[in-house]
Order: sequence, then C-alpha cells, then structure tokens
Amino acid sequence: MSVSWVLAAVLIIGAVAFFVARTRAARLQPQAGQKQHSLPGYHGSFALILATLPAIIFLAIWKAASPLYIDGAVWRSLPEQVRSAPDMNRSLTMGTIYAIGDGLRRLDAGELEQVRSGQADLKALFASKGLALASNGEAYMIPAAEAYRGMNDASSRYSAIGAILISLAGAYFGLSGITLRRRARNNVERVMLWALIAASTVAILTTIGIVLSMLFQTLAFFRTVPLANFFFGTVWDPRFAAAGSGGATGQFGLIPLLAGTLYIAFVAMLFAVPVGLFAAIYMSEYASRRMRSVVKPVLEVLAGIPTIVYGIFALVTVGPLLRDISAALAGGQPLIMAQSVLTAGLVMGIMLIPFVSSLSDDIISAVPRSLHDGSLGLGATRSETVRNVILPAALPGIVGALLLTASRAIGETMIVVLAAGVAANLTLNPGEAMTTITVKIVNQLTGDLEFTSPQTLVAFALGITLFVLTLGMNVAALYIVRKYREQYE
Amino acid sequence: MTDIPFDQAAAGGSAAPTRRDIGIKRRYRAERRFRLYGLVAIGIGIFFLAALLFTVIRGGYTAFWQTSINLPITFDAAVIDPQGKRDSDPNVLAAANYPLLARDALAAKLGIDVKAPSSREDLRLLSGMISQGARTQLRAMVTDDPSIIGTTRDVWVLAAADIDSAHKGQIDLSVPEARRKVKDRQVEWIKQLGADGTMVERFNRGLFTFGASSRPETAGMGVALIGSLYMMLIVLVLALPIGVAASIYLEEFAPKNRWTDLIEVNINNLAAVPSIVFGLLGLAVFVNFAGLPRSASLVGGLVLTLMTLPTIIIATRAALKAVPPSIRSGALGIGASKMQTVFHHVLPLAAPGILTGTIIGLAQALGETAPLLLIGMVAFVADYPATPMDPATALPVQIYMWANEAERAFVERTSGAIIILLLFLAAMNLAAILLRRRFERRW
Repeated sequence: MSVSWVLAAVLIIGAVAFFVARTRAARLQPQAGQKQHSLPGYHGSFALILATLPAIIFLAIWKAASPLYIDGAVWRSLPEQVRSAPDMNRSLTMGTIYAIGDGLRRLDAGELEQVRSGQADLKALFASKGLALASNGEAYMIPAAEAYRGMNDASSRYSAIGAILISLAGAYFGLSGITLRRRARNNVERVMLWALIAASTVAILTTIGIVLSMLFQTLAFFRTVPLANFFFGTVWDPRFAAAGSGGATGQFGLIPLLAGTLYIAFVAMLFAVPVGLFAAIYMSEYASRRMRSVVKPVLEVLAGIPTIVYGIFALVTVGPLLRDISAALAGGQPLIMAQSVLTAGLVMGIMLIPFVSSLSDDIISAVPRSLHDGSLGLGATRSETVRNVILPAALPGIVGALLLTASRAIGETMIVVLAAGVAANLTLNPGEAMTTITVKIVNQLTGDLEFTSPQTLVAFALGITLFVLTLGMNVAALYIVRKYREQYE
Repeated sequence: MTDIPFDQAAAGGSAAPTRRDIGIKRRYRAERRFRLYGLVAIGIGIFFLAALLFTVIRGGYTAFWQTSINLPITFDAAVIDPQGKRDSDPNVLAAANYPLLARDALAAKLGIDVKAPSSREDLRLLSGMISQGARTQLRAMVTDDPSIIGTTRDVWVLAAADIDSAHKGQIDLSVPEARRKVKDRQVEWIKQLGADGTMVERFNRGLFTFGASSRPETAGMGVALIGSLYMMLIVLVLALPIGVAASIYLEEFAPKNRWTDLIEVNINNLAAVPSIVFGLLGLAVFVNFAGLPRSASLVGGLVLTLMTLPTIIIATRAALKAVPPSIRSGALGIGASKMQTVFHHVLPLAAPGILTGTIIGLAQALGETAPLLLIGMVAFVADYPATPMDPATALPVQIYMWANEAERAFVERTSGAIIILLLFLAAMNLAAILLRRRFERRW
C-alpha cells in the first residue's frame, strides 16, 4: 500500500470518528444542575485529532527513518572485501543496488531465475524494461538488492498496519470517553495553539534553511578554492568544468563582481534618492489632497512592475538609446555601451523611486506636526522648514530607509542580468559593462549542474556573500528605523 | 543681534525696507525653486512610467494578431499516400509531406505552375511563406478524419514569422534584397494575397495556447500560463494558511519575550532578503536534498511560498492590529475562549485586510523571475504539464527566454507577453483595491 492510500484510510477513519463523536456528544442528556463542558463539535474535532494526528506523525517519522535503517542494513549485508575496497563509491553502489531492487519488480519468474543464477546481463535486461542502471551490476549486488526489496516491502507494510492501528486506537479513545465533563474544547484548542506556534516557526526555519544550505555548499567550495583567492582575487574566470581543463579550475575572484554590484547600486541610488526624496517632500508638503490621491498610486505602480519588465526596458529601449545619444554627442564612437553600468543603474534607479519616496514619506509624516507648525509659525518658508527642521529630525529614519533601498539595489537580479552585461570587468568608466554577484549566480546555475564542481558551488559562496551583505544592511536599517520611531512615539 | 541682517529684517520697519525686500525675494525664489524640484522629481517618475508602458505597448500590441493565409487545400491522396498503404501502415499518415499540400494550394492561388521547371525558385520561396506549424495542423486534420483525403477544404494556415513581420510592415524594405530574409518576390505576393483577402491578420490564439517553439509563429505561452497557475495555487494553498496562523500566534497569543522578538526580526529580514537567495535555498533544499524534480512547478511554488510568506504575515498582522480591542473584550466578556474570540470574531473582521495582503503577495510572486531561473524553470517545454511535478515554465521566465531570441517576431512576442503579465498584475491589484474599498471598516 502506498503512502497516499494509508493517508486516505487514516483520514476516512478520522472523518467517521468526527461524525460519530459529534452525534454522541449531542445526544448526551444533561441532568438538572449539570452542564455540558464542550459543544458537540469540539467532541467531534477532538476525536478527529486523536484519530489522525498521531497516525500521521507516526507515518512521517517512519518514512524519514526507515530509509536510513534500510541503507545501513543493506550496506552491512555486503561482503567485507567489497565494502573495504579502495575504489569504493558508496552512494553509487547503493544507488545501483536500489535500482536493481526496484527493477526486480518488473521481471517475470523466468527472468528472475536467470538473474539469481547470475546468467543475465543486468544492464541490458533492465534497459529492455525501460530502466537505466548507472553502472554495471555485480554478482554480489543481487542478494543485497533482494534484501533491500524485501525490507522495503516489509517497511511499507508495517508502517501501513501501524498507522491504521494507531488511528483506530485514537478513534476508539476519542469515542469512548465522551461525557458531559470531558474538556474537549480545551484539548482541541491546545492542539490549535501548537499548530499556530509551528506555523510561526516556518519563518525561522526558512532563515536557518537559507544559511545552512548555502553554508554547506560554500564549505565544499572552499575545500577546492582557498578562501583568500575568492575574497581577494581580482580575476573572475571560472572556466567550464566540461571543457576538459585538466585540473585547472579557473579563477574565482570576488572583487570584480563586488565592485560591479556596488557601482551599479551606487549609480541607481544617485538617481533614485534625489528623485524619490523630492517627490516625497513635495507630496507631503505642497501637494493638494487631490494631487496626492492621484500621483501617489501612479508612482506606486512603478513598484508593482516586475523587475523582468524593467530589464527588458533597459535592454530594448534605454540601452540602445543611451548608446546612440552618446555616439551622436561624441561623433561616431559611442561612449556608453548598450549594456553598461549606466544603463543598469539608471533603470534600477527608476525601479527604486517608489521605494525611496514611500519609505521617506512614512518617515517624514512620523515627524511630529508641532515641529512643522512651530517652524512655519516663526516665519520660515515651507522649504526652510523642510530643510532646517523636518529633514534633520527625520535624518536617522531616512538613513535607515536609504539603507533598505541600497540593500534592494544590491540584491536586484533581473535588471542587471539583462542590462549590465556578463563580462567581469574592473573599471571606473560607467559607460562600460560590469557584472554583478547576482548575474554570476544566475550564470553559474543555469544549464547542467553538478553539485561537486567548484563552478557550481561558487554560486553558493556568492549567495552567502550577498546574503550577509544585505542582512547586515537590513538589520542596521530596521534597527535605526525602529529607534527613530520610538523617539517620536 | 543687530549685526545679523535677517534679524534686522525680521525686526520690522525700523531697518531700511529695501534690504528686507531683498531677503524675502531671495527666500521666495529659493522656495519656488525647491517646489519646482519636487514637481520635476514627480514628473521624472511619471515620465519613466509612461515611457515604459508606451514602449511595451507599442512594441507588443501587434503580437496579438497573427498573419494567416486562407487556402483551399486539396488533400491529395497522391501526396499523402503515394503507395496506397495507409490502411495497413499507420505511419504513412503521420509521416506524409503535408507542407507540400499547403505549398501547392498557395501556388495554385498565385497562378504558379508547380510542374514547370522554371518555377523551382518560386516554389522554394513559397514554402518559406507558410509556417512549419502547417505540418502538425494538417496532420491533425487528417488523422482525426482520414475520410477528408481526396477532398478540398478551406484551411487557415499560419504565415511564417518573417512573412508575418513583413505583412505588419515591421521589416525595412529599403535594405538590399540580399541582406533581408523576405525577398522582393515574396513582398509582391504578400501584397497580392493581402489585396484579395486571402492573407489577413487574425487574433493570435496560439499566443495563449502553444508551448515552447523555436519558430515564433508557433511559440506561445500556454505552458507558462499553466505553470504560473500551478505555482499561484500552491502559494495560495500553503502561504495563506501558514501566514495567517503565524500572524495570529504572533499578534494574539505570543508572550513578549526574546523568542517572539527573534521571530519578528526574522520576518522583517526575510521580507528584505534578495529573491535570488530564495532560489539558492530552493535549489539546495528542495532539488538537491529532497530530490524533487528540477523545472517542476511544485518546487517553484514552494520557493515562491517562502518568499511570499513575510508579505502575507506583515499584512495579516496589520489587519489583526486594526481590529479594535473592544471586539475582543466583548467576546471574552460573554464567555468565549481566547481561541473562539480570535477565530469567530477577530479573524472574520480582519479577513478583507488579509485577503488584500494575500493578493498583493500573489501578484509579487507572479512577477518574480530570478529564483525560478535557478531551479531550472528556464526550460524548453513544448507539452502542457499535467501535474505540478512535470517540467513547466512561468510567465516572467517565458518573457526572459523570448528576450534572448533575436528574431523580430520574438521581440514582438516578448512585449506581448509583458502586456499579458501586466494585465494580470493590474487585475490582481485592482481586485485588492476594490476589496479594500468594499469591505474596509473604519472604527
């Protein structure tokens, strides 16, 4: 029986338990002076929980643990000289044994006999059944494969029987104790509370997952490439693993990528910060209510446009335009390439305008009205009020907002993939192409992957660098913004 | 004090009035300048939005029309089945030379003699005018109903991509003939066919139904639409309950301690983690560790779920916070338990806010590209995915893939796909706004 059938059976038992328990609870006759503690529905839900939850937990644990146990048992059943052979590749051998074990199911009795007596060519036989073996089967693998298959069958049989028994026992317990005083509601609510707690830990688990997954691959990467070569290397030339480079693994220098990332983010901020900040100031200080209600949503549309659209806008429209304009100005030779720091930075800046403006708008409106009115009352003009009173008061908050925006610019992917170019240059000329960390992550991970080559693993090292970089900025920004808010609350 | 001109000016009429006026003028000028900067900033923002939308729509609206040719095609048994073996060998019908049928019909229409040796070059050019998709189209007609062999039917076949571009006037005819793909003779034919109503632009249904194809005229977003639909469903089914449950715990039950503080900081941080990092997580955990298939919409959906979760949690918490405490006190006062208070009273009142946040989170997830590139959704998938475990692509990834193609017709399709994506996003955001307007309560 497969897992889904067992699950279905458990759920059916649970549903039956729910309805029976609810009817029974509804039929209870409270005597004078007695009160029923819980509503019938809670009795039903309690029976449902008892019938399903333990069985599902049992099934989950079994499914997670049994492959480990079976793997160990099959491994121990192999002959000693095979296990200690110097060219032993454990995962490959075990993979072949598992494949044979699964393949045995598809053979008829005659073929099975042939396989057992060691006469059949395993690879050809399985290929005829539509199963590809990774390596040639050896004679010692046959009994191991059969043992594996036997244990696997037994495991799924026992787990099914166990789960259904547990489910029935739970249902029995849920149904047997239905009395007026049973505190079904409290029990159900306790389970619900635990479910809520479990849901709230998903966020923590995600962070742990991000850190751990990247950490392991990064450590694997640093086993082949020294730490200093990565962090201080100025040449990015990973080569391709398939090119038969004969041990030469290429160079993985972070510096050109980091420089490109920061340069493009800097250009983007250079454009977005004044525009966004002035837009926010105008909106909070000068704009009429009507203008606000029109302009604010229109600017926020910019934030809702997917970054791939910005990327294509840069690639198809802005890049060629800048190139042609610069060529016309300089007379022939374009100063700005179609894919360049300037193109990517400008378009990313457009994307960031609404972030800067709505974040600064929040910050500016958090400045107490009394400061603003006091300044106007002393005779300052509105611009003087903004410059001399509001902005200084809002400065920490705005710095936090800018940090958040910068972290977004650094982590942005699609715009730079399409508009910044792929050449890892180290240059100061904004008219030339540079590349970023995110572009290289995408480049290294699209196409065929091999989780052992440094060419693939470097993406995770880049990823963790990016993660740490943005995490630091975010934590600082959130801290500053929080402190700032507390100051005026 | 009197040595500062400003104070003198502010002190009133005792100082020379001319000096005071100079100061005011200067300050008012600065004021106007400042105001102008603000207007210019807003103008820049609106200008770029308009420019972006304008270029996308101008480049893409033509993608919704596709040039087709209406041909009276004779299903000639001598072409389909020259040896007369179709009853015994089913492969005959599958492997027959269907494009020849369409070419001959087109030649007949234009009055070109198929048999004449002088028209060989013309015939080659004619073949180039009809999409390779005609093969599948005609084959499907014949295998569905073999009795049409020997009859003549009016069939709309797609024009080849270059002919389509030429018919739409997108190809520069001033370029010397040798350097362009559409030859002068073909241009003549296009004019001729267009004049007698045989070649017309029809609504491009294939854009929504076809899968991946290396030929623009038979490339569509069918697979991408289904892939995106699967992923949105997965995000909705997973992120909404988990997000709401987490917010309820944090907002209504959690004690204020280090642990809940940690969770809070965590969620705020996750909302700002670059999306590509989630792609790395998906690749390492779901594909490499858990062994789920690459390119599957299931993996994409899981990654997008983790990405959307913080958005939904933040929106839900705001919605829960907006429910006034009197509702809770009232429910508790008449004897509801804490859990009943939350689920029977607070949650229904917060539902519009939660839904709005969810729709906005979904819209974000729909437009996300980078993490999907990493889990291998940049794949050439021609067949519809039957389940979320099958390889698929997504709308934004399809746009990315078409953007890397060079042909003119793909450029047009890229913009067309962007229009569709933007329409979806606009519809979702509009729904969110309407929901908020309709159900939002102010206490």
